[in-house]
Amino acid sequence: MVMHAWRALMGIMGREGLRFIHQRERFISALVRPLLWLFIFAAGFRSTLGVAIIPPYETYVLYEVYITPGLLGMVQLFNGMQSSLSMVYDREMGSMKTLLVSPLPRSFLLTSKLLAGAMISVIQATVFLLIAAAYGIEIPAIGFLTVLPALILSGLMLGALGLMLSSFIKQLENFAGVMNFVIFPMFFLSSALYPLWRIQESNPTLAFLASYNPFTAAVELIRFALYGHFNLNAALITFFSLLFFLGMAIWGYNPSQGMMNRRA
Amino acid sequence: MSHNAILTLDNMSYAYGAKKALDRVSCKVEEGHCAILLGPNGAGKSTLFSLITHLYDAPSGTIHIGGHDVRRQPLKALGLLGVVFQQSTLDLDLTVRQNLLYHAALHGIKHREAEHRIKEELTRFGMLERAHEKARQLNGGHRRRVEIARALLHHPKLLLLDEPTVGLDVPSRKALVDHIHALCRDRQLAVLWATHLIDEIAPQDDLIVLHQGQVKASGEVSEVLEQTGQETIEAAFTQLTGRKERTLW
Repeated sequence: MVMHAWRALMGIMGREGLRFIHQRERFISALVRPLLWLFIFAAGFRSTLGVAIIPPYETYVLYEVYITPGLLGMVQLFNGMQSSLSMVYDREMGSMKTLLVSPLPRSFLLTSKLLAGAMISVIQATVFLLIAAAYGIEIPAIGFLTVLPALILSGLMLGALGLMLSSFIKQLENFAGVMNFVIFPMFFLSSALYPLWRIQESNPTLAFLASYNPFTAAVELIRFALYGHFNLNAALITFFSLLFFLGMAIWGYNPSQGMMNRRA
Repeated sequence: MSHNAILTLDNMSYAYGAKKALDRVSCKVEEGHCAILLGPNGAGKSTLFSLITHLYDAPSGTIHIGGHDVRRQPLKALGLLGVVFQQSTLDLDLTVRQNLLYHAALHGIKHREAEHRIKEELTRFGMLERAHEKARQLNGGHRRRVEIARALLHHPKLLLLDEPTVGLDVPSRKALVDHIHALCRDRQLAVLWATHLIDEIAPQDDLIVLHQGQVKASGEVSEVLEQTGQETIEAAFTQLTGRKERTLW
């Protein structure tokens, strides 16, 4: 059984890897999006948005430096939503069925799918980070190493969010709503583009919401890890969000929930 | 006739909200037999398949595959099952071989053994030389062959086919029908084949006529003809369901 599960996990990860290699456009667009933010948006806002010294930074930082962790989170958020979209598509097209009729526990199959998606997410984020570093964003050498576990955890959490959404979205057409109701609010209502104290100054309610946004936790986890620090609070929120989203996804894909019979 | 039932359905009911899709369905498929699940569109064939494959859970009734209850021992039951869904489920961006290796991995087959079986099955289906082509490059008939080869890789005891000939041209359809019958005969494989096309039935097949979620008749073709007092399957089907089905190739 253990060997069977291991082979299946390798098979699922291998398939995801092959699909990633074959879908170069997906990879390029996943990189172009945050790079536009970094090269254009951040450059434009550099002078208008000063960032005070807040942990983990020990000095004033340029706006580009501030938003780099947020953009790493953005790469992973979009990747999570992209795999969610492909799962809804797979369900309509039937290839999700071939996975779910395999003789392995459904929770294991879904977790394997999540791991495979997170693997791609970490690769994409790492490539973006290397380009950002080449562009001139200064990151301590140790940061490239310490950011990896953070990227894995945040990639899993955002992938699990996508997995959960895919179990509750009835049709592909409904997916546009996910952009408006999940991706944008999560991204803008977080510390990705501006520190929480800045939001606090203008609207305490929004700041309160942003502080409980799991995406804020993911971004802060990445931000601290990039400078070799560990943000326990952010790690705990990210981890428990991961458990919650994955649990909901497994519940949503349970045969007695009848997820598979939601016809297009 | 063998009496070793691979698939047994007992009193299965299922509803989508208030709409009943299956109503106390009982039937069985025996080793080496090809059972045709014949019913018009909307008869409940796909729902039945979703229950057998444990994509849905039925609130009432039981399904046993090789003696294992699908709800209580899903992993053992699903391990004995090969499935070809109505819609093609191949990953079009991957090659035929990669698609099959993925399936083998999901069933825990060792890589070397998987390569051997893939070669064996593709040879049987005359598709070996296409192994390194992307699934997208294959026509409908060839994709179906690959899907059946894939469903057989883990040596299942029961093969489920949900309208596998939909969208195929006449020669591909005939070749596929002949091939499935040969599999039943030569490998003692049990097959449950959903269709609404009467001409896919061979005289030696078993027949399960499903209409409006109920089994209207079941047994060997000759027994169903006898039960209905008709001379042709088409006439028996019309009598049981009150409608004519296509018989043309």
